[in-house]
Amino acid sequence: MSSKPLQRLDRVVIRFAGDSGDGMQLTGDRFTSETAALGNDLSTLPNFPAEIRAPAGTLPGVSSFQLHFADHDVLTPGDRPDVLVAMNPAALKANLADLPRGSTIIVNTDEFSKRNLAKVGYAASPVEDGSLESWHVHEIALTSITVEALADFGLTRKEKERAKNMLALGLLSWMYSRPLEGTEAFLKAKFAKAPEILEANLTALRAGYNYGETTEDFAVRFEVAPATMPPGTYRTITGNAAMALGLVSASHRAGLPLVLGSYPITPASDILHTLSGMKRYGVTTLQAEDEIAAVGMALGASFGGALGITSTSGPGLALKAETIGLGVSTELPLVILDIQRGGPSTGLPTKTEQSDLLQAIHGRNGESPVAVIAPQSPSDCFDIAMEAVRIATTYRTPVIVLSDGYLANGSEPWRVPGVADLPDLEVEFATGPNDTDDKGEPVFHPFLRDPETLARPWAVPGTAGLEHRIGGIEKADVTGHISYDPDNHDKMTRLRQGKIDRIADTIPDLEVDDPSGEARVLVLGWGSTYGPIAAATRLVRATGLPIAQAQLRHLSPFPKNLGEVLRAYDRVIVPEMNLGQLALLLRGHFLVDVQSHTAVRGLPFPAADLAEVLHKSIAQTLEGVQ
Amino acid sequence: MSTGTDLGIPALGGTQGVPRLAEDTPRQTKKDFTSDQEVRWCPGCGDYAVLAAVQGFLPDLGLKRENIVFVSGIGCSSRFPYYLDTYGMHSIHGRAPAIATGLATSREDLSVWVITGDGDALSIGGNHLIHAMRRNVNLTILLFNNKIYGLTKGQYSPTSDVGSVTKSTPVGSVDHPFNPVSLALGAEASFVARTMDSDRAHLTTVLQAAAEHRGTALVEIYQNCPIFNDGAFQLLKDRDEKEARVLNLVHGEPVRAGNDHVVVRRADGALAVVAESEAEPGSVLVHDAGDEDPSLAFALSRLDDGSMTHIPMGIFRSVSRPTYDDQVRAQVDGARSSAGGPADDEDLAALLRGRDTWTVA
Repeated sequence: MSSKPLQRLDRVVIRFAGDSGDGMQLTGDRFTSETAALGNDLSTLPNFPAEIRAPAGTLPGVSSFQLHFADHDVLTPGDRPDVLVAMNPAALKANLADLPRGSTIIVNTDEFSKRNLAKVGYAASPVEDGSLESWHVHEIALTSITVEALADFGLTRKEKERAKNMLALGLLSWMYSRPLEGTEAFLKAKFAKAPEILEANLTALRAGYNYGETTEDFAVRFEVAPATMPPGTYRTITGNAAMALGLVSASHRAGLPLVLGSYPITPASDILHTLSGMKRYGVTTLQAEDEIAAVGMALGASFGGALGITSTSGPGLALKAETIGLGVSTELPLVILDIQRGGPSTGLPTKTEQSDLLQAIHGRNGESPVAVIAPQSPSDCFDIAMEAVRIATTYRTPVIVLSDGYLANGSEPWRVPGVADLPDLEVEFATGPNDTDDKGEPVFHPFLRDPETLARPWAVPGTAGLEHRIGGIEKADVTGHISYDPDNHDKMTRLRQGKIDRIADTIPDLEVDDPSGEARVLVLGWGSTYGPIAAATRLVRATGLPIAQAQLRHLSPFPKNLGEVLRAYDRVIVPEMNLGQLALLLRGHFLVDVQSHTAVRGLPFPAADLAEVLHKSIAQTLEGVQ
Repeated sequence: MSTGTDLGIPALGGTQGVPRLAEDTPRQTKKDFTSDQEVRWCPGCGDYAVLAAVQGFLPDLGLKRENIVFVSGIGCSSRFPYYLDTYGMHSIHGRAPAIATGLATSREDLSVWVITGDGDALSIGGNHLIHAMRRNVNLTILLFNNKIYGLTKGQYSPTSDVGSVTKSTPVGSVDHPFNPVSLALGAEASFVARTMDSDRAHLTTVLQAAAEHRGTALVEIYQNCPIFNDGAFQLLKDRDEKEARVLNLVHGEPVRAGNDHVVVRRADGALAVVAESEAEPGSVLVHDAGDEDPSLAFALSRLDDGSMTHIPMGIFRSVSRPTYDDQVRAQVDGARSSAGGPADDEDLAALLRGRDTWTVA
């Protein structure tokens, strides 16, 4: 046991920041794992540049990982860090503005050389010139301590220095009473083939832990008690991993092989990586020559009776538009995952945004309706993937899933569901004639619809007697033959829209959270803003003000009760990480003058900022009425 | 030498894995493959001849009709699938090879055909075509080349000759054309052939070999557009002209141009057409479609300098190399069998749990 006094905290936000090559993402991941093992609730926010190795020591090269953990349920990665680990001057400079005064900074003084300071425009070292006196600064020579701890190793200085992130991890693990066993096991697996590197990392990790214990610089250590969570088996999971697992589970429950066509693109590539390792589950991954081919392969597989999936981000969705339109016309199941990032064009590849909503709903030629759904947390990506497959196979339609960079890379604890509890997604292929011709002979009509869902039969090649041709040219109702008839086109256009509208019959009503029942303002979000909005709502309610909160997971079609919900409040405020795309849709659909609150900073909303906006909105509502 | 399937050497056939008709079922006929849809090409279009040849030849494959799929892009020729009573998809411009790749890879039991044209395959869909060929997906691609955009009413295409005067090039095209066979060989397609719409016998022989080939078979079909580019291949059809111009490629036989000219391999390695009397002994090129190195096949394709003086027709290349779809399926099958069979609920539960879990009581 430690000899130092232990102080209990209910929540902590830590941000690890360093150069792109400093291993901050790995350090954050390991700390997350240690924290999860202790039973805290948590939420993470990795934030890194698009460049793999931006020039060392520069501001654009700073990579960070923020982790919020607590003894209660956590909704966001936290607005402002309690602790910043700054591995160099750039990391300090890039992150200082987010740090409340009085919080803790751990700086690696070895990197605060004149040259490195000059690189980021510091005339003098902020550690020495008194400009950091409002913070608790721990000046630690992390690099030299690491090199010293590894003095006996036959490694180059450079190799030794590389272990400094493990030293930092060891120190933080000591500070917050985290166990090291998980990280030790992780390192042993990772460096199984490089025993010396393994020993060096383990040594640095333990040296960091012991440094905290022995140095007088740290007078106390902290602990955060486990959170109360529903009973079950838990793991941590990122949004992209949850999406991949959701798709595999859907494939298993549908009894259909999964075929993913994909082209590498940030921040969606991890889905391709993860699924490519799941061949054992009957998963086929095809890395296509481009985004268009990727969705084409998926649609081709769907035609053959597989579960055709494609994963991408905004620029890729733009390229896939025509093929998605073909999916609308041929009425085949197809799931398109758009892991949104900042736009337009290449935009901000590694930063988050929600600006593809209108592209997803309207971004195709012609009247080309598809289903659009959005997960609201990293673990919800699992459920949304299954929902996407349900809609696609039931209604024979493309479904676009709008995740984003924040959900994709962020992680949180996930209660692992039992396989038997997962939805049954069994599908039925057409097996024989479904109609009779003029002479009363049995015949197969590929566009004869199910009266309830308006879905057409899924007749896959290899089924004798059902040979038919489909395509992008307008087809005659029922028979599916080419038709240029005006009335038929009008009818088919409305049928395709009507089919999407009917999905609303099988989605749950929008649930509103309003514990007091007295709220007159509703805050309505969609997708990944759930955490920040819920956290902001809590802050507002803590001041005694009532506010109602709801989050849309289904964006096309909307839940059936949405209009009713919107009209039940004096004011509806819609925060979005775009310039008001959902607000535009709500106004158009329901003639409700919602208040749009937007930010496109590449980062999730800080809960405190949102709370302020909500406060103002409530105050205005009260004034307006009085 | 590798084993090209047209060479009579046993190899995995192009239709292996596709269900066949039982021995005792009556032989299929052209009628079985003819859909109830009215054919709507212009009178005199070369597409009619190709359709008739394909409908007439498909019964020879002995495959179950429901296991044959035709996928096309956009253009006149891409209407083809509507007229065949098989499964079919008339897709979007240029994308048929990608769609067919997804279908062929996920369904070993299908015989998948791609119907495309010079604009569809080589312009808007150029990328998908070359990648299908380099991957060697088990597809048979019929590329109808009429050197013009027909469906959009007469603009020049990526195979139109330089100087072509068309609706979009009133003073002549300046675009240098693709030679589809050269392009296919450059992409290392494992089967590359050229044939002619009006030569039913040759067309059928080439289609037969293409269907039997496992991997991507690219068949360029010279096809006449009577409306916008009539007579584009007349020199190769005219009884008097074609004799000297068409180099008929037959595996294992010398490559001849007419009665008195032959293709020789010169000392510097280049190919040339010379009078037989002037050919040095041993220099006459004997066609080897199974040569793993595509260089000679490529050199043959370059004998066409655009003037139609020498046009090789027939199978340029037919070599065996692992197909994309077979290998993709083998990886999935291998992963499953080494794990003891398809995943059950227990396996999925283990996957969901992952390696690092904790329990809340």
